[in-house]
Amino acid sequence: MLAEALTLSAVLFAIGVVGVLTRRNAIIVFMCVELMLNAVNLSFVALSRLYGATGQVFVIFVMTVAAAEAAVGLAIIIAIFRHKQTVSLENINVLRG
Amino acid sequence: MTFTLAVPAQLMQALLPDLVLMGGAMVLMLMSAWGPESASRQRAVGLGSIGVLLVTLGFVIWYATAGMTSTAGIIAVDSFRWTADVILLIAAICTIGLSIEFNARESIHYAESHVLVLFATSGMMVLTAARDLMIVFLGIEIMSLAVYVLVGMNRRSERSAEGALKYFLLGAFATGFLLYGIALIYGATGTTNLLTIGQRIHDFHLTQNAMLLIGIALLLIGFGFKVAVVPFHMWAPDVYEGAPTPITAFMASAVKAAAFAAFFRVWTESFGQMHYAWILPIWWLAAVTMIFGNAVGLAQRNVKRLLAYSSVVHSGYLLVAVAAGTLLGSSAFLFYLFAYTLATFGSFAVVCAVSEPGDKKLGISDYEGLWSVRPGLAVAMAACMLALLGFPVFGGVGFFGKWYVLQAAVTSPYQLVPLAVLLVLTSVVSAGYYLNVVRVMFMMPRPEGATDPAPLGGMTKLVLVFSVVTMLILGVFPGPLANWTRNSRPTPPPATAADSAYMVRPIVAATP
Repeated sequence: MLAEALTLSAVLFAIGVVGVLTRRNAIIVFMCVELMLNAVNLSFVALSRLYGATGQVFVIFVMTVAAAEAAVGLAIIIAIFRHKQTVSLENINVLRG
Repeated sequence: MTFTLAVPAQLMQALLPDLVLMGGAMVLMLMSAWGPESASRQRAVGLGSIGVLLVTLGFVIWYATAGMTSTAGIIAVDSFRWTADVILLIAAICTIGLSIEFNARESIHYAESHVLVLFATSGMMVLTAARDLMIVFLGIEIMSLAVYVLVGMNRRSERSAEGALKYFLLGAFATGFLLYGIALIYGATGTTNLLTIGQRIHDFHLTQNAMLLIGIALLLIGFGFKVAVVPFHMWAPDVYEGAPTPITAFMASAVKAAAFAAFFRVWTESFGQMHYAWILPIWWLAAVTMIFGNAVGLAQRNVKRLLAYSSVVHSGYLLVAVAAGTLLGSSAFLFYLFAYTLATFGSFAVVCAVSEPGDKKLGISDYEGLWSVRPGLAVAMAACMLALLGFPVFGGVGFFGKWYVLQAAVTSPYQLVPLAVLLVLTSVVSAGYYLNVVRVMFMMPRPEGATDPAPLGGMTKLVLVFSVVTMLILGVFPGPLANWTRNSRPTPPPATAADSAYMVRPIVAATP
């Protein structure tokens, strides 16, 4: 059971990483980051069957932080939408050098 | 006094300085939300924030001088924590000092901006105290969430919003790696406590465990993003350029210092005996960071980007101290952080003073002939540039910072002499851009029709004078600071009878 869960978690994490690196829409990139965090949560829950409650406590922390991160992240995406009328990362390129 | 961390009341006492800061920040948050936005409220909350930080600094110094210790647990009560806290609090005070006047000039009337600096600082203090990967994660997130918002604080500026978005997306991405690393380390060792991880690696012979090695690699990537070492630095120049200037200074000094402090503690307390596995990756990260950062720094024409690459390069230098893995490395690390923080705030105070509303006048060409119109600013900037370069006497304490890092590198048991040589060589290359700023200020004529920088505000002047004068005095008398940092290192609590079977292996001791 543990091996399957950890494999699934690794696959989900990899999908998240590939998504962040290839997608060009800020919202989708953010969703992929959330996928990575949830893949990690799955690992923690699976491992806590082996080691006790620490992993589950960690998952609660991660979910709380992810919720706070979503609030801040969406606010930032709205702020940039007000300036650019787009959330495509290709068009967000004032800063370069 | 020794705190027994298993007792909640004593855990609270061990966290007292952090709790004072968090409590003060919440009260100020209410104060700033209570009335309409105005310039006077922004200033009042800013001054209140400085007050809270000074009180916290008082508590930290009290705890440090009282020599508090603790039993093994989720947080550390040792001199390393207090010294790092002092550096962070000084950086936060300077940030708010610069922010009050910068915000007034840019008409940013959000009093909350100062409170966010306090929240970020409380996250950093949690980070320096963390002796459990769970607390490391929480500290990094408390810090990062506040800083994401601070970068985007100037809502009228497109650059600020873009910097915030880039920082947020890459920061969250890095958090994912950090967390997965923690999960795998937890999977391999069955614990998140730093000292217990170290014990179990030793007791269960986990040094070849694949899960643990992958976990350490992912953790290294996560920390690499947070402290901006090449190749995980690509966000830094853009974000540093987009952020309001005082926040850039805050990120270049405090955020980096806090992430590095946690990095250092995790590496020495948990993975000290795994050095054969991480010494080569860290060696290469440091080498690539120093070479690449300096090479690209040479091409910069914007002062904030220049200082951004400079901060990337300094991550490389600090990484050399981490790689040394010795007690000398720990003291060199803290000494360097202190010196670097002072030089950073000195130079960013000058950048604030020279720039104009709307964050204009940030090109190096805008510093041409500064000596003829604002000699004080030119001299201060020159001293900071020389300090970042590591020049003796005129660069103040910067020289000794590099000296101690080099000393730690050559006496390290891990054969870091090539890295020390590389540090010296790349420092010579960095003279190309640091001295260029000095040359432009002193040897170029002031261009026709260039407006003089506006007179300095009182707070900016205070920050500038404090950092430059402290830097220069410590450059002549580095003794007290050297003694202080020499006695500051991660100190595992003494093993009790119950866990003497899990004797903690101390970090490698090397004497010069």
